[in-house]
Amino acid sequence: MTSLAPPPAAQAFEPVIGLEIHAQLLTATKIFCGCSTQFGAPPNTHVCPVCLGLPGALPVLNGEAVTFAAKVGHALGCTVHPTSIFARKNYFYPDLPKGYQISQYERPLATDGGVTYEEGGTTRRIGIIRVHLEEDAGKSLHEGFPDSDTRTYLDFNRSGVPLIEIVTHPDLRSAAEAGAFFSRLRAILVAIGVNDGNMEEGSLRCDANVSVRAAGAQGFGVKAEIKNLNSFRHVHRAIEYEIERQVSLLRKGTRIVAETRLWDVGAGRTTSMRSKEEAHDYRYFPEPDLPPLELDPARIEEIRRTLPELPDARRQRFISQYALPEYDAALLTQSSALADYFEATAAAATNAKAASNWIMGDLTRKMNELGVEIGQARVAMPPDALGGLIRLVDSGRISSPIAKEVFEKMYGSGRAAADVVEGEGLAQIDDHAAVEAAVWEVLAAHPGPAAQYRAGRTQTFGFLVGQVMKATRGKAKPTLVNDLMRRALESPEGTR
Amino acid sequence: MTGFKPTYGRVSRYGLLAFASSLDQIGPIATTTSDVAIALRVISGPDNRDSTSVRDEVPDFHAELTGSLRGVRVGVPRALLAQGVEPGVGTAFDAAITLLQDQGATIVDIALPHSGHAIAVYYLLATAEASSNLARYDGVRYGYRTAQAPDGVARMYERTRGEGFGPEVKRRIMLGTYVLSAGYYDAYYLKAQQVRTLIRNDYADAFDRVDLIALPTSPTAAFKLGERTADPLQMYLADVFTVGVNLAGLPAISVPCGFSDDRLPVGLQLIGRALEETTVLRAADAYERITDWHLQSP
Repeated sequence: MTSLAPPPAAQAFEPVIGLEIHAQLLTATKIFCGCSTQFGAPPNTHVCPVCLGLPGALPVLNGEAVTFAAKVGHALGCTVHPTSIFARKNYFYPDLPKGYQISQYERPLATDGGVTYEEGGTTRRIGIIRVHLEEDAGKSLHEGFPDSDTRTYLDFNRSGVPLIEIVTHPDLRSAAEAGAFFSRLRAILVAIGVNDGNMEEGSLRCDANVSVRAAGAQGFGVKAEIKNLNSFRHVHRAIEYEIERQVSLLRKGTRIVAETRLWDVGAGRTTSMRSKEEAHDYRYFPEPDLPPLELDPARIEEIRRTLPELPDARRQRFISQYALPEYDAALLTQSSALADYFEATAAAATNAKAASNWIMGDLTRKMNELGVEIGQARVAMPPDALGGLIRLVDSGRISSPIAKEVFEKMYGSGRAAADVVEGEGLAQIDDHAAVEAAVWEVLAAHPGPAAQYRAGRTQTFGFLVGQVMKATRGKAKPTLVNDLMRRALESPEGTR
Repeated sequence: MTGFKPTYGRVSRYGLLAFASSLDQIGPIATTTSDVAIALRVISGPDNRDSTSVRDEVPDFHAELTGSLRGVRVGVPRALLAQGVEPGVGTAFDAAITLLQDQGATIVDIALPHSGHAIAVYYLLATAEASSNLARYDGVRYGYRTAQAPDGVARMYERTRGEGFGPEVKRRIMLGTYVLSAGYYDAYYLKAQQVRTLIRNDYADAFDRVDLIALPTSPTAAFKLGERTADPLQMYLADVFTVGVNLAGLPAISVPCGFSDDRLPVGLQLIGRALEETTVLRAADAYERITDWHLQSP
C-alpha cells in the first residue's frame, strides 16, 4: 500500500471502496452444535456447552451451513474448493465465550469470483476475493436493564450462528455504487435462500474499506475500515461522509491514518475506534478440533447445478419470456418472493403485463397501506385469485373500475373474483337495451348539455357518459355507453 | 503403575478439559496391562461429538492378550539412547530388552533421526494450542474471578488470569501466545508443524521394519517436586522419549521394568502403529507375566 503525497487542492480525487459482508445462514441449527438459530428467543435459551464455550465441549460442523456457503461461492462466481481449513481467530471479548472465533483464514471455502452487471449502460464487474465460513459471537447488552450503567449483560443465543464473510476487491468507486452493490448482493443471498436479508435483526451486516487517491492514480491511498453499517442508507451515508473527510484532509495536506472507524448513526459521521498500531493480533492458527473440510468435487458440482435462478438472470428472463418492460422486470425481481408471486399470477391470468400492472399498482398500494410484505399479501390475495380477477376483466365480464372494487372486496376475504361479482351484482352491463335506456334517461335528465353537444360544444360528451356510468354504478360497458350515447346525440332530436 | 496412551482419536475428547487439542488423548492408568485393556475397551470408540474421533471398530483388547511375544519385531533407536540416559535407567531398559528377546521377540536397531527436535516441536505446538484453549478461563462466565472491585473488563481479565493461573501455566500461555504472534508464526508455529510431519514420517519408516518400538519412558528417574522449576528446559527434557509419540499420535504403554540406583521406578515404553493398540498391549502383558516389577513398591 503506497501512501500518496497530498495532491494540490484543485486536484480531483477518486474513492476506492471494498466491502466485507457478514451474512447469517438460514440453517435451522448453529454451525457447531444443535442449538436453534431462531432470532428473538428469550436471552440464553438457545445455548449448550458447545456454544457457551464450556470446558470439554467440542465443535461438530453443520453440513447444511457448508452447503449454503458453497451456494454463495457459486452464486458469486467463485471457485469452491474441495479442501478448506478452519482456523481460530483469538481475541478476548466477553461475548466471545471460547476466547477465539472459529473461522477460516489461509484456506477459505471459496475464492476468486465476481459479480457482473449492467449499470447505466456500462458493464461493471465487482471482484470477490473470498467467501468463508465462521461462527457468530454472542451479543453484549449494554442497555435496557435497571443497572445498565454499571453492568453489561450477555446473550449467547447468537453465539455459534453460522455466518459467511464475503470480501470484495476494492472495485467500487462511489458511495452510491457501494450501496447499490450491497443491495444487489443482498438480493442474490435472499434469492438463493441462504439469508433472510434482514439488516435490522443483524442477519446481514457490512463493513467498508474506504480510501481516496488522485483521480487516475494507480496505487492506493491509506484506507480506513468503517464498521457497523447496518442498512443501505448507512452504507451510502457513511462512505459518503468518509470520502469527504479523507478528501478534505488531503486538501489540507494532512495524512490519512490507517484505522478502524465507527459509523455514528446519530451524529451522521465516522469516529476513530482504533488505529492500525492498536489493531488486534488475532494469532490465527488451524483449528485442531476440526479436520480439514473436505468436499467431494461431485457434490460441489451438484450444488452449483441446483442453484436457483439468480436475480439478474430472472430479470432478463422476465423481459424475454413475458415481454415485460425493463422497469417492470427490475421491480418484480427485487425479491424472489415477489417474483414468484408474479409468475404464479401471470400463469393464472394468462396475461403477464396485466399481472405486472396489478402487482406494481393496486397490490403494492394495498401492501403499503397495510404495512405488510409480499408473504402476507400472498395469503390475503393468492396468485390464483388475482389471476381470476384479471381474466374477468379481459373477458369483458367486468370493467376496470369495477375490478378495483372487486379487488378490495377480495383482499383478505378468501373470496374468488367471480363470487364477488356475482354476489354484489357487479357484472358489466353489456345488454344493448339496458344501456340504451340508461342513455336516454340521462339525456332526458340533462337537456342542457345534450343541447350544447348538438350545437357543436362536443366537450359535454364526457359529462353525459359519466352520468350513465354513475347511473349504472360503473357497471355499464364503457365502449357500449360511448357508442350508444354518440348515436343518441347524433340522431334527430328526441327520436329513439 | 502401567500407563497407556491410545492412538489419537481412539478415545473421544468430548468432556476432556483441553490443554493441547491436537495432542490430548485420554488413556487408562492401572496396576496391570490386563486392567488397562479392560478399561480401554470401555472408553474407546467413535463419538459424533468429537470430530477428531476415529471411526474404526474397537477390538476386544483383553481377549487379545495371548502372552506371546513370538515373532514380534521390536525396534530400538540405539543412537537416541546414546546420550542423556541415566545409568540406572539404561541398565533396567537393557535388561527388559534382553527379556523380550528371550521370549521370542526379534530386536532390530532403528533410527528416529528427527527425535532430537521433538521436545522443541512439542513445546511450541502444545503451548500455542494451550494459549488458545485456556483463553476461556477469563472470569466472565464461570470459574475463578478476581475479588477486586470491577474497574473495566480489561482489568478484570488481567487480574483474574494473573491471580488464577500458576507460574507454569502462565509460562506456557506466554510462550504459546508468542509463537502464534504476527511475525513469529512462520518461524515457530509453522516450522514446528513441518518438523512434526518429519517426526511422524520417522515413525512410519521405522514401522515398515518393526512391529513395536521400545524406549525408556524417561531418560532419568523421577526428580523431586519443584526441583527443576528454575530450569524449565531441563524439566522438559524428561519428556524427550514420550513427546514424539504424542506428536505422531501413536499408541504407547509404559510398564515398570526395574528401579534406579536410588530405588526409583523405571519404565519400559512400547510404541505401536496407529490403531494397533492390541500389539502394544499384548507385548506389555507378556512382559508383565514374566516379571513382577509392576507389583513392587519403591
